[in-house]
Amino acid sequence: MIAIVDYDMGNIGSVSNMLKKIGRKSEITRDPAKIRDADHIILPGVGSFDSGMEQLEKLNLVELIREKALKDKTPILGICLGAQLMLERSEEGQKAGLGLVAGDVQRFKLDGDPKWRIPNMGWNQIRQVKQSPLVDVLPENPRFYFVHSYHFHLKNEADQLLLSDYGYTFCSAFEHENIAGVQFHPEKSHKYGMSLLHNFSEPR
Amino acid sequence: MYQSRVIPVLLCNLEGSLVKTQKFKKPVYVGDPVNAVRIFNDKEVDELIFLDITATAQGRRPNFKYISEIATEAFMPLCYGGGLSNLEDIRAVIKAGIEKVAINSALEKDPDLITRTADVLGSSSTVAAIDVKKDIWGKYRVAVRNASKTLNIPLIEFAQMLEQKGAGELVLNSVDRDGMMEGFDLKTISEVAHAVSIPVIASGGAGNLQHLKQAIQAGASAVAAGSMFVFQGKHRAVLISYPSPSELREINEL
Repeated sequence: MIAIVDYDMGNIGSVSNMLKKIGRKSEITRDPAKIRDADHIILPGVGSFDSGMEQLEKLNLVELIREKALKDKTPILGICLGAQLMLERSEEGQKAGLGLVAGDVQRFKLDGDPKWRIPNMGWNQIRQVKQSPLVDVLPENPRFYFVHSYHFHLKNEADQLLLSDYGYTFCSAFEHENIAGVQFHPEKSHKYGMSLLHNFSEPR
Repeated sequence: MYQSRVIPVLLCNLEGSLVKTQKFKKPVYVGDPVNAVRIFNDKEVDELIFLDITATAQGRRPNFKYISEIATEAFMPLCYGGGLSNLEDIRAVIKAGIEKVAINSALEKDPDLITRTADVLGSSSTVAAIDVKKDIWGKYRVAVRNASKTLNIPLIEFAQMLEQKGAGELVLNSVDRDGMMEGFDLKTISEVAHAVSIPVIASGGAGNLQHLKQAIQAGASAVAAGSMFVFQGKHRAVLISYPSPSELREINEL
C-alpha cells in the first residue's frame, strides 16, 4: 500500500486520484501505524517550509518518516513542498528540514526580471542527468507542471536526477537511494506524471 | 523552451452545466463539465480555469459536489472561482481537489481574504481575478459581482494592492471583450503586467491563435480563452478544441 501523508498542506486528493487512475492502491493518512506499514510513501504538499515542518511535528511524523526513509529504506517520493522538506533547510524559513538528503532550498534569484516572474508557474521540460527507474522510461518529450518560488540545491551533485531551466538551470528532481523528490507536480502532469508515479510505485 | 500557458476557461451555472457568455450576459449551454474535462485531458491542456458564474449572484456557496466530480477527472492543474468569500469554503474547495482558487467579488469588501488565503495555501495557489469594464466615458473600471458593480479604485492601484496582499497570480478579464472573439485588450494587459511582478493571465476576447500570441507579446504570462476552445465556425457550433503542440510553440515565438 502507498501511504500519501496527510499533514494539511495543500490539495492531496489529486495524488490519490492519479494513483487510482493508474491502478495503484493508496491511502491518504496521518496515522503513524499505517505509515509505518506502507511499502511506498508519498509526501506531497504546497505551502511554506516552516508551516510544513510544524505540521509534521505536530502530528509526530518527523521521526517516523526519517526512520522509514533512512533505516527501513522504504521508497519515498516528495512532491513540491514535500520534496523541499526532505532537505536540510530552506531560505524560506527558520526550521530544520527532515534532512533525508544533504542540501538546502533556495529562492530563485531572478527578482525584478519581468521575463522570469516568481512564482514560476507553468510547464517545463526536464533533462535527466543520471539513470533511475523513476524516470528512465517516460513518454516522449516529457514535460511537467511547476509552481514554485524556491528550488532544491543539492550538496552532492550525484544526488541530482533532473535539471530544468527557468532563468537559469536548477535541479528539478533529486534521488538518493530510496529517497526521491520532485519539484513539479506529477499528479497534475497528464500522462508524464502518470508514468512517473507508475514507475515510483512499482513493487521493488 | 519555456512556454506561456494556454488555459481554457469553463463557466458553469447552478445546475453544473457548462455555459458560455458574451460580455458576461446571454449564457448559452455548451455541455457537461466532466465530459469537457475528459476531452481536455486527452488534449493535454496546460491548465483549466473553472468558474461558477451564478454562485455570487445567488448568494450561495460553491457547489462542492460538482467541484469534486470535476477534480477527480482532471489530471491537469485546476483553478476554481465563484462564490468564494471565506476561508472555510476555500479550504473545502482545495479539499475537493482544486489546486488554485480565484477570488473576485469578495475583493470589494474583504481584500485581506487574499492574505488569509495565501497564508494557508501559499501565494501560488491564491489567484485574484480582476474583471475590467469600460465605463460610459471610456475609462477602465474594476468590476465585481458578475460585472454588475464597479469599484472606485484605479485598476493599476488595485492590481498592485492584490500583489502586496499576497496574490500569486492575477487573472485579468475584460468584460467588454468576453465571448466576442475579436482579440484581447492588449493595452490593459501590458499596463497591468508591467505594474506587477507576479504572473498575469490574460482573459477575454481570444478568437484565434494570433490573438493569443499578441497577449503573450503584450506581457501576459498565460492566456485564457473560453469561446475559442468550445465553439467552432461562425454559427458557434459546440466543439471542444485546443491548439496542437506545434501551434503552442508558434504562439510563443516572439
